[in-house]
Formats: sequence, structure tokens, C-alpha cells
Amino acid sequence: MLEIHDLKKSFDQPGGGRLQILDIASLVVGAGEQVVLIGQSGGGKTTLLHLIAGISSPDSGSIRIGGTEITRLSESGRDRFRAGTTGYVFQTFNLLPGFTALENVRLGMTFAAGRHDSARALSLLERVGLADRAHYRPAQLSVGQQQRVAIARALAGRPRLLLADEPTANVDPASSQIVIDLIRANCREDNVACLLVTHSMQVASQFDRVEQLETINRAISASVAA
Amino acid sequence: MSLLQIAWRNFRHRALSSLLTTFSLALSVALVVMVLAIYGIVADAFRNNSTVSYNIVVGPKGSPLQLTLNSVYYLSQPIENLPFTEYMEFMPMERRAELVRKYGGAKSLGERNGKYSAYVTGGFAVPLALGDYFGEFRVVGTTPEFFDLLRHGPDLDRRFEFAQGRNFQTHSDENGFFEAVVGSRVAVEQNVKAGDIFYPTHGDPEGKGHEDAFKIVGVLAATGTPNDRATFVNMEGFYLMKGHAKPIDKPDPDFVAGETPADAKIRPLSIPEREVTSILVRNGGLWGPQMMNVINEGLQSQAAAPVGEINKLLSQIVGPLLYALMIVTLITCVVAAVGIMVAIYNSMNDRRRDIAVMRALGARREAVTAIILFESLLIAVIGGAFGWALAHFAITIASPEIEARTGVHANFFTVSSYEWLVLPLVLLLAGLAGLLPAVVAYRTDVSRNLSA
Repeated sequence: MLEIHDLKKSFDQPGGGRLQILDIASLVVGAGEQVVLIGQSGGGKTTLLHLIAGISSPDSGSIRIGGTEITRLSESGRDRFRAGTTGYVFQTFNLLPGFTALENVRLGMTFAAGRHDSARALSLLERVGLADRAHYRPAQLSVGQQQRVAIARALAGRPRLLLADEPTANVDPASSQIVIDLIRANCREDNVACLLVTHSMQVASQFDRVEQLETINRAISASVAA
Repeated sequence: MSLLQIAWRNFRHRALSSLLTTFSLALSVALVVMVLAIYGIVADAFRNNSTVSYNIVVGPKGSPLQLTLNSVYYLSQPIENLPFTEYMEFMPMERRAELVRKYGGAKSLGERNGKYSAYVTGGFAVPLALGDYFGEFRVVGTTPEFFDLLRHGPDLDRRFEFAQGRNFQTHSDENGFFEAVVGSRVAVEQNVKAGDIFYPTHGDPEGKGHEDAFKIVGVLAATGTPNDRATFVNMEGFYLMKGHAKPIDKPDPDFVAGETPADAKIRPLSIPEREVTSILVRNGGLWGPQMMNVINEGLQSQAAAPVGEINKLLSQIVGPLLYALMIVTLITCVVAAVGIMVAIYNSMNDRRRDIAVMRALGARREAVTAIILFESLLIAVIGGAFGWALAHFAITIASPEIEARTGVHANFFTVSSYEWLVLPLVLLLAGLAGLLPAVVAYRTDVSRNLSA
């Protein structure tokens, strides 16, 4: 489902020069596979997810999702592709405050062509146990409930790949487990490949396959060696 | 959800800011619409009033505009007076001879046709004598023919009608020469009715009152013309008031005395003692401009075309004033549009993350830009519609007063010519105002704002 080869990304440094954040030789996630990428804060986990989602562009390298080389797409092409292929769960939920839970989920399918389905949005909320909160705004939901709505939103566009950026970082421990269980169960049910990024070993231990960012990212190794 | 629905949601989420901005725009739009309405009402009022059933006003040499203002609108001061004989120049010989016989005058006056009588055959010439006041309203000395022969209305097919009583007579057994008719506004504001008497004041509203009282025998129905704001008295009674007779320096050897009146105590003025302020003329078959030229070439009188003078007044004074007022109100619209821009732009800092989230969900740059523009247009549509309704509501509230003062009927659905331009203009302004915030949305760095 996801194939990354020789991916490099650097940023300008404040004092001049470039800082290499990512230098990944290879990373593959199979269709329906659930993979955890564990790494320390500041290691480039979010940057990697942004590149995979097509939100930003790499300096060089290849990212294939479902056979499509997204690095060759234009920005609007990547936006369109992301809308129909990739779901994203943010660390800070990022629900739009002016929209109800149901409307936030519907936003997840708004920008994908021909995928407006209010019934499906409601059923997704049911799956995350929040059908009775469909008309609540984010401010009226608990932190755990907001992240559950975010999961439903990420699945709304029928993605083939779900990216989750530290989904339990801002959630209490009890809700953390609910969040992880929901992600795993829904991805399994819809045969959605999942790449979940975390720095928590406790979360990582629940997944079959764990990748260490420090191991696959040559930029970290190089900076440590330096 | 459509982009428009998203924009509407954003509008509602920032309800207070959105409503304040919308209300500000609504007030500006209301101002523009009201100015347009005022322009329309003023133009209609002038048009109604310039549509008179006479085509020429004859008066002393001087400003044609002042002559028109004085004789049509009863404004300004009379230029001077014309001798009564100038009025008689519009009469055929028989009529002239009748007046000489009745009132007394030079015998030779009745032995020829008037110089301009041929032009007026089939038309009319009605004299006016101004100089007195009833309260703040002008007293107009004239003949009963003023209400018998003149017409009003946009098609000049409406006769003068009386809400109370009747037209005054040249002489009646009951009131002698002292009968009057008041306009509709005069009756309301002076609180008089048919059967009441009044004493005109001489020269100005605060002037000394005449000793002679006039009996109000009729109250005009509203016409929407300046006649609503005038008091019309029988010319014979006007002449008999103290100070209205022209002094005779030396008697005319050709003078013949008039008939002895039934009431020997009241002798109508002789022709040499009479003056008129102006004469309202409708020419008969012969070409009006030719008559104007003949009169203007004379030494004593001038002829003015009231329609032309009124149109000049509209285009040279009233039009530019209203145009300036329109510019000012359009500027307020621009200011309101700037307010829209500032309000939306200021909210952009709080919304960069929201925009980044939508981009992360697959929205293209153009989509988020469109959402911001839609928000601006929503403010324009709601503010524009509300402003339009507000203005028309105000016009509806004021319509009885407008109709009473100008004769122009206005209601909620009275729309002026240029009003259809207002909403498109407001939409255009709002679209321009939304451009800067839309550019901010377009250029939002997704990655940085997601991580912020």
C-alpha cells in the first residue's frame, strides 16, 4: 500500500545552511497492515507523515501510495489524491470549532469527489460510540470524545491508508486505550492500512509490527555520529 | 458539505463579529438606497410641478428663473410688477373694451386687439398678483379661471378639485370681492376650513396685517404641486386691499370712468391703478416660441418657459447636490466594505489552523480561498438585503408625510431607477474586500500551521 524509497527532507536553519531531518532508505506498509513508527520527539515523525500525506514535498525520493507516485503530482493533484485515499488523525484532534461532530465527520468526505453521505457520517460516529453526540460542538465534547470524532472523520473519505500522528498524546490514559482500539478495529474492519506514529512504548506494544525511526532514518544516525 | 455551507458555518461561528460587520454594511446600503429614493422623489416632485398646463410665464424683465420660481413655486420675491395693460395685451378687442367699460381706463385700450391676442386664441392668459402672506404661505391674487382653466397631474388631465367648498367668485352677494381658496397644506398647517376668515399680511410673513378679511370658500384637494402651499384670493379683493393700488402721477386725458358699482363703498380699482406680478399663458394655435420672441423683444416684459427653467434648476443645482450626496453615501459603502475586509482579515490569524486542517482533509488552495470569498459575499448579501429593507421600511413610515409635502406616492415597493445597481455594487465591493483575506487563506502554509 505504502512504499517509501530514498526519501530525503531538509529545512533551512535559522543561522543559515540546511538541516537534514529525514533520510529514509525504505519503508513499506502492506495493504491492511497496521504499523507503528516509534521515535523520540523532534525526530521527524510528523514531517514524515506530512510527506506521506502529500501536505509537503520531499527534497528527493519516492513515495508510492496504492501504486501512485505522489511526489510527481502537482500540489492540487496531491490534495485531490489525499482527499480520496488518505485519512489523517492529528495529535491535537484539529476539529473545526464551529462545526458539530457530525459536520466535522462530513468534512472528512467533502473534498473527495462524489462522496457526500450523511448516513455514512452518522454510522461512523456510531462506530466510535458517539452517535448521540452528533450535534455537539467540539467544545461540548471531552478530549477523548474529540479524538474519537477525529478518527471517524479520518475514515469518512473511505481511505486506503490511515495516518495517525501521536493520537493518544493529548488524551487521558483511559481514553488512550479506547482511541487505539478504535483505530485498530476500524482499520481492520475496512481493510485500511495504518501507519501510527507514537513515542509511547505502551501503545507500540499493541501492534504486530513496530519500526524505529532512529533505525530507518539515516539523518538521525548521521547527526548522532556527528 | 458545500463550500457555501462551510462559509455559512464560519459566519455563524463568529456570530457577533459577523453580525456587527453585516449591520455596518446594512446601514451604508440603507443610506445609499434612501438617497436614491430621495433623488427619485425630488425628481418626480419637480417633474410633477414642472408639468404645468401653461407653457409660458410672462413677467417683468429680469431673471427667467426667478420669474419661474416666483410664479410656479411661489418662491423668492417678485422681480417687479407689470402694468395691468400688459395683461390686457393678451385679450381681444371686445374683452379689452369690456374691462375699460367696467373698471375705467384709457378709451383707446378698448379700440384694438391686444398685441399677443392672436397667439392666445384657443388658449388662455391668467394673471397672478403676489406680495402678501397668510402665515408662512404666499397669498396669490388671481381670477377664478385659475382653477377653471388650469390642469395638473403628469398627463395634465386632472382638474382642480375642492376637498371643501368651491372656487371663489369675482363677486358674490355673500362675500363681495373678498373670497379665497386655500391649498391643502395651508388648511392643515394654518388649521382653517371653508367658512373661516383670515387677514393677509403685507410684504412678509411677519408683516402688518391688512384690515380686510377674506372668507375661505374652498379648500383644494391635494395636488402634489406648489398650489397645495398657497392661498388664492380673488384678484378684485386683492386690489382693494390698502397699499395695493398703484398711485397715478398724472391723469390720462383719454381716461374714461368705469361703471358705478352696486356697492358704492367699494369701487374696483381702475385699470391704471392695477398691476400684475406675472401672467400664466397657454398659447393657442400659433407657435409658442414665436410669441416668446415677440414678448422678449418688447421693452417691458419677458417670457420664460417654466419647463425649461425648472429642468435647468434640476440639472444645475438640484442634480449636482444630489450627485454630491450620492458620492458621500457611496463612500460610506466603501468604508463598510473596508470594515468587512478588516473583520475577516483580523480573523485569519485565528483561522490559519482551521484552513490548514481543511487543506489536510484534501481541500485545494482554491477551495479555501473560495470559502473566505463566500463569507465576504454572505455578509454582502445579508447586509445588502437588510439595508434595502431598512431603507424601504423607513420610506414606508415616512410616506404619508412625503405624499403630503410633495404629492409623490411612495410605498415599500417603490423602487428608484438605479436601485437595481446597489446589490451588484455591494457584492462587487465585498468581493474586493474579501480578496486580501482570501489571499492569506491561499498562501497558508499547511505543514507549519498544523504543527503550531
